[in-house]
Amino acid sequence: MPDLLIELFSEEIPARMQARAAEDLKKRITDGLVEAGLTYAGAAAFHTPRRLTLALSGLLAESPTLREERKGPRTDAPEKAIEGFLRGAGVTRDQLQEGDDKKGAVFFAVIEKPGRPAAEIVAEVLDTTIRNFPWPKSMRWGTGSLRWVRPLHSILCILTDEAGAEVVPLDIDGIKTTNTTEGHRFMAPGRFAVSSFDAYVSELKRRFVILDATERADHIWQDATNQAFANGLEVVEDRGLLAEVAGLVEWPVVLMGEIGADFLGLPPEVLQTSMKEHQKFFSVRNPKTGRIERFITVANRETRDQGVTILAGNQKVLAARLSDAKFFWENDLRVAKHDGMEAWTAALSNVTFHNKLGSQAERIERIAALAREIAPALGADPDLAEKAARVAKADLSSEMVYEFPELQGLMGRYYAEAAGLPAEVAAACQEHYSPLGPTDDVPTAPVSATVALADKLDTLTGFWAIDEKPTGSKDPFALRRAALGVIRLLLANDVRGGLVHLIGRALRSILAAQHLIAQAKFEQELAAADQTYAKIMQTDIATIEELMIELDNMVLEAQTNTPDVGNSSTQLSTDGDKELKHLPNVATDLLAFFHDRLKVHLKDEGIRHDVIDACLAMPGNDDITLLVKRARALSDALKTDDGVNLVQGFKRANNILTQAEEKDGVAYEFGADIKFAEAEEEKTLFTALQAAEPKIAAALEAEDFAAAMAAMAALRGPIDAFFTAVQVNSDNDVVRRNRLNLLSTIRTTVLKVADLTRIEG
Amino acid sequence: MSEPQKADAGIAKPKSFQEIILRLQAYWADKGCAVMQPYDMEVGAGTFHPATTLRSLGTRHWAAAYVQPSRRPTDGRYGENPNRLQHYYQYQVLIKPSPPDLQALYLGSLAAIGIDMEMHDIRFVEDDWESPTLGAWGLGWEVWCDGMEVSQFTYFQQVGGHDCHPVSGELTYGLERLAMYVLGIDHVMDMPYNDPQSPIALSYGDVFLQNEQEYSRWNFDIANTDVLLKHFEDAEAECAAILSQPVDDPKTGKRIVMAQPAYDQCIKASHLFNLLDARGVISVTERQAYIGRVRTLAKACADAFVQTQAGGWTPETAA
Repeated sequence: MPDLLIELFSEEIPARMQARAAEDLKKRITDGLVEAGLTYAGAAAFHTPRRLTLALSGLLAESPTLREERKGPRTDAPEKAIEGFLRGAGVTRDQLQEGDDKKGAVFFAVIEKPGRPAAEIVAEVLDTTIRNFPWPKSMRWGTGSLRWVRPLHSILCILTDEAGAEVVPLDIDGIKTTNTTEGHRFMAPGRFAVSSFDAYVSELKRRFVILDATERADHIWQDATNQAFANGLEVVEDRGLLAEVAGLVEWPVVLMGEIGADFLGLPPEVLQTSMKEHQKFFSVRNPKTGRIERFITVANRETRDQGVTILAGNQKVLAARLSDAKFFWENDLRVAKHDGMEAWTAALSNVTFHNKLGSQAERIERIAALAREIAPALGADPDLAEKAARVAKADLSSEMVYEFPELQGLMGRYYAEAAGLPAEVAAACQEHYSPLGPTDDVPTAPVSATVALADKLDTLTGFWAIDEKPTGSKDPFALRRAALGVIRLLLANDVRGGLVHLIGRALRSILAAQHLIAQAKFEQELAAADQTYAKIMQTDIATIEELMIELDNMVLEAQTNTPDVGNSSTQLSTDGDKELKHLPNVATDLLAFFHDRLKVHLKDEGIRHDVIDACLAMPGNDDITLLVKRARALSDALKTDDGVNLVQGFKRANNILTQAEEKDGVAYEFGADIKFAEAEEEKTLFTALQAAEPKIAAALEAEDFAAAMAAMAALRGPIDAFFTAVQVNSDNDVVRRNRLNLLSTIRTTVLKVADLTRIEG
Repeated sequence: MSEPQKADAGIAKPKSFQEIILRLQAYWADKGCAVMQPYDMEVGAGTFHPATTLRSLGTRHWAAAYVQPSRRPTDGRYGENPNRLQHYYQYQVLIKPSPPDLQALYLGSLAAIGIDMEMHDIRFVEDDWESPTLGAWGLGWEVWCDGMEVSQFTYFQQVGGHDCHPVSGELTYGLERLAMYVLGIDHVMDMPYNDPQSPIALSYGDVFLQNEQEYSRWNFDIANTDVLLKHFEDAEAECAAILSQPVDDPKTGKRIVMAQPAYDQCIKASHLFNLLDARGVISVTERQAYIGRVRTLAKACADAFVQTQAGGWTPETAA
């Protein structure tokens, strides 16, 4: 059984694409071979900056012969039908065989596909793979039409068995396969021939190429940590950077250099970011002080001066880069100390957040007002929360963040401290962007959490109000992430109270923005919106649904009354605004979006979607903290034997009851009377329900859902016993009605805890 | 016995900024490029020279190398920053179709200016090029020498909205930065412009420091934005007017598409936009709109150029 070796040798492949490309090469080639009948024993793919390599072992020397029997028309079928069958099957009349079938005598064609040699199949599959390779970006070069990530120079493709190695012949746009490749570009130029995968790997190493990226990365990491350790230092771990650097070199040589003393006063994050982003250097830290004191760079070659020249060059480049960073840092500190953070916030009035949602400065105004209002719910001081919201995004105007956007927030914290602002405010500058991902830490400091929540609510209601919702895989404003952020903030900080109120408050600010209500009618509409808002905030409106409808109408009204912008010169006259749709159900829709996100979030916790539905159907479902408490308790209860059986018993009761109510045209909700109970099991159930009711009520009152669930689950025994012993549909109409009323009591009792009709199974 | 000390690849280090330019000119002339002169208009980069932008379009083969003075008003630092200038030089090579050994040719040019491949770490690091104003993009790298970017290396895929067939290979060297590295200079103004042993030795600062101060002041504070804006609109209108002319010239009776005169107006508009930007009168949202307007001009010029003989037009293909 031969082994196959393929190497696609090109100009430098972007580091970030290499690993994926090697996997794609493996998948496409092996899939193609297997589909053609060529199985193999083992496969491994490799990548360096200049090559993608695939090694297959134990490949079949040829594909097996395939025999297919195809049934044709009856032997007495018209000539035309038989001819058609011959054409389709690709056989001649004399090759047909006769056989018997239910219909009588029919023709059979036996089609034999002879096996083909491996080389032929490999060439075909390789040709297809190269021509259809899924590069994220590909290009043409010279006069050719072939596409590759960068110009493709040579293709090594050999099949090796005991008899030796043989080139698989193929010509792709003038590139002919050979058994040769090149070593290191500078240290071992020139082509050489290889006869097997083992020889390929060892010959490459002799020519200063380590084929395996993991081996290169391990070598870099070990050498880097050793050099740091020898100096009493440690390398700051960065796996992404390590993988990238391993993709930039074929022969890694680790060099440790000094950071000029002038720059050691920069914040460590600034040093680290500048070195990583611009130079792909690792940071080397002094474990005693936590300061970044040196750097590690990885060269792609050895030199006779042991890298002295290379290191000197790198140090010089770094000094130029850090001079810039230091210049930004010192300028920014001066602004923060003398003019304060507000100077930067003011500059944000020239920065558009979104052309329909105004400038960053306007957005900050809204967030500040919202933060002030919601601060008490998070235990934050309203003055501090408002102050924090006003300065939290100020660093977006700073020179450092302009240069390194990824330092936003962190620089804000440094600058807020420099400006002498309270520690809570400085912390909020950094923390209010969190949580960014599902695993990111959630801020719990009250001021930080308040600003984070206000920021995300403004984003969500804003984009909902202008109908820029995520669709399918498109979520350009990361609104799903923002909604999950709101959910996690509410949960982590145990915030009580309805989301509806939060949405309502944020929507009101959005509507107040003159971008949605043109200046002419602004005051009037705002007054109307305020009136609605005030009404909404009164608790005498009964249900969340009604609240949502009021909010929906508030948005609709504000938008409907926006004067025609066709000939006015308000800020609405940017393109697209003329079609500003009047959006129904903005608030309802947004709440549903939160619920969807919540389901995704809880699914990761192992809580089933039907469990969440059962809790969503309960009153107060816009109180996320309450909702999740209930869902967790229900989920736990459903993992117990009692819980599962209770659901069955409840459903049985509910079904019987629903059918009877439909049939009789009455609602059995008058309560049962124990005096009509006949069977012992019936009486026991009566007693059990009577005992459970106050327990459940008390538990729900205390929001002790586990206790409520336990009390509910305790009904399982009596309900099961009841159904085993008692026939509900008694001949005695009084008894029957009483039993139906008893079932109704089960239903009302259970439905106070969760809507079990929604539980599946 | 220790190995005898080898000289740096046998090529002597250059002594001045101008010697590096001269060596690049000689090298690329030797490799068969037409050594051209700078385009006589203000541009932001060597790519704007018609020898690159227009000649990368169409099917006719082309090989050119030239120095292009480039202006980026926002980068002015009054000559105080060691590396930043509002006026600097790019060395530009464009070869169409891109030869298979372009990387090797490029590395040869580094050797020619005294960079010893045995001692330095040269790397090709992914950097895809895109010019929103020219409606152009390509794939390639920034080339690093010991961690410093010394060149841009690009295979043009599209220019002025047209797919490039054949593909041009473009090399751009930032001359000041490259020369500072080769000569071991820390501040651009200290760099020897001519041979320091010359009877009248001149530094880069002797030649350009005053210019940097004067232009920084004018770019940032003085340039009349109303006038610039008017010029921008004039250039835009003139470009469209030129291209709206019938291709057949009534006076000579010849077919004369005026692609390059129109393209001059596009270059003007682009530079005027850069000046307006430096004056800080263009907001973030307006920025995109201005870039879009210049791109529209660039595309129209590209459309016109492919209707010229240099752009591959022949009476046969037109038929």
